[in-house]
Amino acid sequence: MAIRVQVAAFQPGVELEALHAANAGIGAVVGFVGYVRDYNDGNAVAALTLEHYPGMTEKALAGIVEQAGQRWPLLGVEIVHRVGHLLPGEPIVFVGTASSHRQAAFDACNFIMDYLKTRAPFWKREDTPEGARWVDGRDSDQSAARRWD
Amino acid sequence: MIEVRFFARYREALDSDGESLAWSAELDSLDALRRQLLARGEAWQVLAEKGLMCARNQELCSLAEPLADGDEVAFFPPVTGG
Repeated sequence: MAIRVQVAAFQPGVELEALHAANAGIGAVVGFVGYVRDYNDGNAVAALTLEHYPGMTEKALAGIVEQAGQRWPLLGVEIVHRVGHLLPGEPIVFVGTASSHRQAAFDACNFIMDYLKTRAPFWKREDTPEGARWVDGRDSDQSAARRWD
Repeated sequence: MIEVRFFARYREALDSDGESLAWSAELDSLDALRRQLLARGEAWQVLAEKGLMCARNQELCSLAEPLADGDEVAFFPPVTGG
């Protein structure tokens, strides 16, 4: 299991390969990559700034990974989340899950993203033509997380 | 002492990323602490928002969570990572 919160860019393909290389018993790897969009809520977005709660962020992500491990037979999990200044088109987040078979890897990846979106202390601030604004939490993210209750 | 921290929109609204406060027996929950902060004036009303989230010692919790001397507490708006 690897969790990284970093300013530096990353290459999703490299992360995905590393996850598989760790264990020859892995039959399925699922990777999710979240990117910065160039629009949100009707406005063009020129850049994003991601703030987080150092210390708590890593603990929250580790807790989410632990819960995923209790629900599915995982052979590897990796989370990379960027913070700081990001431009449209850049990857923000990578979540990779590895298992013997695909269903566990798919479901665990989905679960981790739903919980990350609603429980990990990150906040996005976007630069738009009308000025900078904090992104609001979405009800749809809350309901997506509740389906795992 | 209680270490209180604010993040994102709340940090900006309060023009503070946090402070140390003296602990007292009346501060028996995160909500008691929040109410003490709300009494400071208008800028602090962000802490009355419906979506407010909070953490005690870097773990998400509810406002009913008990508070103890030496705790680190954080108040923040709904998270928007990913």
